[in-house]
Amino acid sequence: MNLLLLILIPLLTAVAVFMMQNNNQVRWIAFFGSAIQLILSLGLYVVYTNARNHGDTAQMLFEQNMPLFKSWNINLHLGVDGISVAMIMLTAFVVVAGVLMSWKMEKMTKEFYFLLILLSMGAYGFFISLDLFVLFFFLEIAVIPKYLLIGVWGSGKKEYSANKLALMLMTGSALVLVGMFILYFGGGKSFDILQLAQTTIPTWTQHICFPLLFVGFGVFTALFPFHTWVPDGHSSAPTAGSMFLAGISMKLGGYGCLRVATYLLPEGAKEYANIILLLSAIAILYGAFATMMQKDLKYINAYSSISHCGFVLLGIGMLTKVAITGAIMQMVSHGLMTALFFAVIGIIYERTHTRQVNEMGGLLKVMPFTITLLFIVGLCSLGLPGLSGFVAEMTVFVGSWENPDTFHRIVTVAGCMSIVVTAVYILRAIGKTAMGPLKEEYNNLSDAAWHEKLATIILLVGIIAIGVAPFWLNDLVSPGAELIMQKIQMAK
Amino acid sequence: MNEFFTLMKPELLIMAILFLLLFIKISKGLANDKLLQFIQVLLLVNFVAGFFLNAEGKLFDSMYQTNAMIILQKNILNLGMFFISLLFTDWFRKCEHLSEFFMLMLSALLGMFYMMSSGNLLMFYLSLELATIPVAAMSNFNLDKKVSSEAAIKMILSSAFSSGILLFGISLLYGATGTLSFAEMPALLTSSPLQILAFVCLFTAFAFKMSVVPFHFWTADVYEGSPVVVTSFLSVISKGAIAFVFVSTLFKVFQPLHDIWYNMIMVLSVMTMLIGNLFALRQQNIKRFLAFSSIAQVGFILVGMSSNSTQGTASIIYFICIYIFSNLAAFGVADLISFFTGKENIDDYKGLYQTNPLLSWVLALSLFSLAGIPPTAGFFGKLFLLSAGATTGNYIFIGIAAVNMIISLYYYLRIIRAVFMDKNETPVEKISINPYTKIGLYICSAGIVLIGLLSWVYDYIEGVVN
Repeated sequence: MNLLLLILIPLLTAVAVFMMQNNNQVRWIAFFGSAIQLILSLGLYVVYTNARNHGDTAQMLFEQNMPLFKSWNINLHLGVDGISVAMIMLTAFVVVAGVLMSWKMEKMTKEFYFLLILLSMGAYGFFISLDLFVLFFFLEIAVIPKYLLIGVWGSGKKEYSANKLALMLMTGSALVLVGMFILYFGGGKSFDILQLAQTTIPTWTQHICFPLLFVGFGVFTALFPFHTWVPDGHSSAPTAGSMFLAGISMKLGGYGCLRVATYLLPEGAKEYANIILLLSAIAILYGAFATMMQKDLKYINAYSSISHCGFVLLGIGMLTKVAITGAIMQMVSHGLMTALFFAVIGIIYERTHTRQVNEMGGLLKVMPFTITLLFIVGLCSLGLPGLSGFVAEMTVFVGSWENPDTFHRIVTVAGCMSIVVTAVYILRAIGKTAMGPLKEEYNNLSDAAWHEKLATIILLVGIIAIGVAPFWLNDLVSPGAELIMQKIQMAK
Repeated sequence: MNEFFTLMKPELLIMAILFLLLFIKISKGLANDKLLQFIQVLLLVNFVAGFFLNAEGKLFDSMYQTNAMIILQKNILNLGMFFISLLFTDWFRKCEHLSEFFMLMLSALLGMFYMMSSGNLLMFYLSLELATIPVAAMSNFNLDKKVSSEAAIKMILSSAFSSGILLFGISLLYGATGTLSFAEMPALLTSSPLQILAFVCLFTAFAFKMSVVPFHFWTADVYEGSPVVVTSFLSVISKGAIAFVFVSTLFKVFQPLHDIWYNMIMVLSVMTMLIGNLFALRQQNIKRFLAFSSIAQVGFILVGMSSNSTQGTASIIYFICIYIFSNLAAFGVADLISFFTGKENIDDYKGLYQTNPLLSWVLALSLFSLAGIPPTAGFFGKLFLLSAGATTGNYIFIGIAAVNMIISLYYYLRIIRAVFMDKNETPVEKISINPYTKIGLYICSAGIVLIGLLSWVYDYIEGVVN
């Protein structure tokens, strides 16, 4: 399978969207483009597992290597392993749902979809590139569309949030940039991830490089204390924008932390693992407690995202195979779950024109479909078995327990405790929204429209598919985690 | 004789155009419209002709030299000239002394060409003056505005001052080494105190022309007072030419003093980026804003210059090639708005997207390119400058440069925000763009998007430099 298609189809879709005059055409083209991409990524999964089942043991499949800037030894090197396939599928699900959720967008429709598709192109490119330079290129491509999406189509203090997000993410990528240069000149003048993994990088370079790269990517995935863009950014963004931000964009960071920082610099990872654990435990607890104080549905989900993304970094910091597998599963699960949560919030907000929990109540009577989804996604968030959240967090905890010493135990227990807090805020928020007396002005609210139903069902399918039968995802990502672990075990 | 024509072809072509304009002026032949079209065609022909029948060699006892790299640099500047003639069509049509204006501009360009090809300090000095004095006259071309004359006076006085320092440096250098020829110089440089003093004088003159901090004080006032055409000429063509000469002088002639100038470049680069950025943060006038942002860009050029390698030279040429597209597009839009509505404040740009989507997109693209955001070419330009700088292993320096990219992003986003997000009761009214300017804007935008993605452009430049 030609991986270049994964970049070209969004690109062509974006260009086609830009050429259209009529809003209806724009919508349908964006929908078809993203649907093709979804089919393609499901096809990629099938082809990938087929190849693996037939005994193809190469580290990366479907590799392509084209020289780009010869004098700097920069190549367009593409390839996927199980981790990338999982992330690509996640992206495809969220993009289709995001496009459908914005169906009624009337303000500058063409520009909106153009930026949305461009953003998704950045994410696809990021997940398939095996060259640091190209990876960085796609990472930065995904920033500015977010800025514009929030600033133009957002609500509340949107300009402030947009600025904060763009500047913080760009600062993160500046750290990545410097780390990347040190790696390039310290690792034999190559940006190629596979080549860099083969070369021995001096210990001091690893110790300098790792924090730069990890913090740089960590900013994207709400590493404490660089998480402050998350609540503002998510709550100001339009529905599809929040879905993309939490569902895709935060995963870019997690993937980068894993694939670039931890995989290429195992000695650095070992050196700083405890600090990562400490920070992620703080993020998990802080995020959970901060959520308890929120009254706004979007803020609730945004702060709980900080908490949930903490599990990703916790899993990476534990440095065991199971925990890393769990971290990847948590990325996929959280991506789907939080996108669905934002979609449901978007549906409610469009009808009630408020996101304040206190101003709602009894919505179950008028919007049964939407509120049922809210229940499901809330239960997923607090880790009910049978849904994806449970599987992922459970895997992280099981993996964490493999470390026998007290520090790791304490961190793990602290992480576990957050689930109780999660239960408190989720149940309270859902209860206040769904139950109780219905306000009079909400009597005539309609339930979700067809496009909203389709969008949410697509995401729900993903959540249940992971929750009920987690083995396929586990089998998909664990060989990748295994390779990363081998590198770590070989390191001093 | 044949060699004379092939080697000096770029200069001879410019001279031919100059004389042609002079004859047209004397015979009182053409109206502004026709004349401008004629000039545009001539400049296009000039640009295309730059790619054919080139040769390398020296003339006049090594006073004049040319090689593939210099020819490439001249071609890039020719392209910039052609863009200027397209983008500022409206201003040119209204200009009372169009042929004089172009004659001045082309003489300045001629001076720059000779400067790039000079193989001797005296030749260099002469051509530098030829490149400066016409620009001062051009700054004065908004005849009814007082600030315009003020800009011209400032320009001429401060350049006279820097020329004085340059001459002082040249005479000291002659005293210390006994030669003025670039080719003989490196062997005679021994880092004696006198030579270093002379070098510092020379360096100052370069820094002044490139508006490196702390020699930048003339820049903002001159940029603001002059007509936008002159501002863009100064900040793109003139700065590009000086940067080309600066690089080759440092890397070739003053190579033995590398240890000294490396530190100078590094300190000045950090200062230039920082101060350019910090001043740009608070500007309200779009021309002043672009002036300070272009000072910050010079800081990035200096990062590439610190590398002392062919990659450094290549990345600077590449960056300036991209800079021509992006900065000229930004100035083109600013000029259209200022010409038709007289609005030059950033606050006036609020809500521009509602009325002028094309201009807004072009402006956004060019600003993103200046800020170094992918997929625009500016991203590649900046990144290669930084990686050239990183070859020396001074990562803290590169880190500071990266931080400065973030600061610059903040103020570029300020304009993007005004254009796309802020609401305005009275936005700039719809501007009807004439076809020539439109073509210019389209070419610039296409260049901004494509130059970086077409990776062979960089490889081609690197090949030529080697």
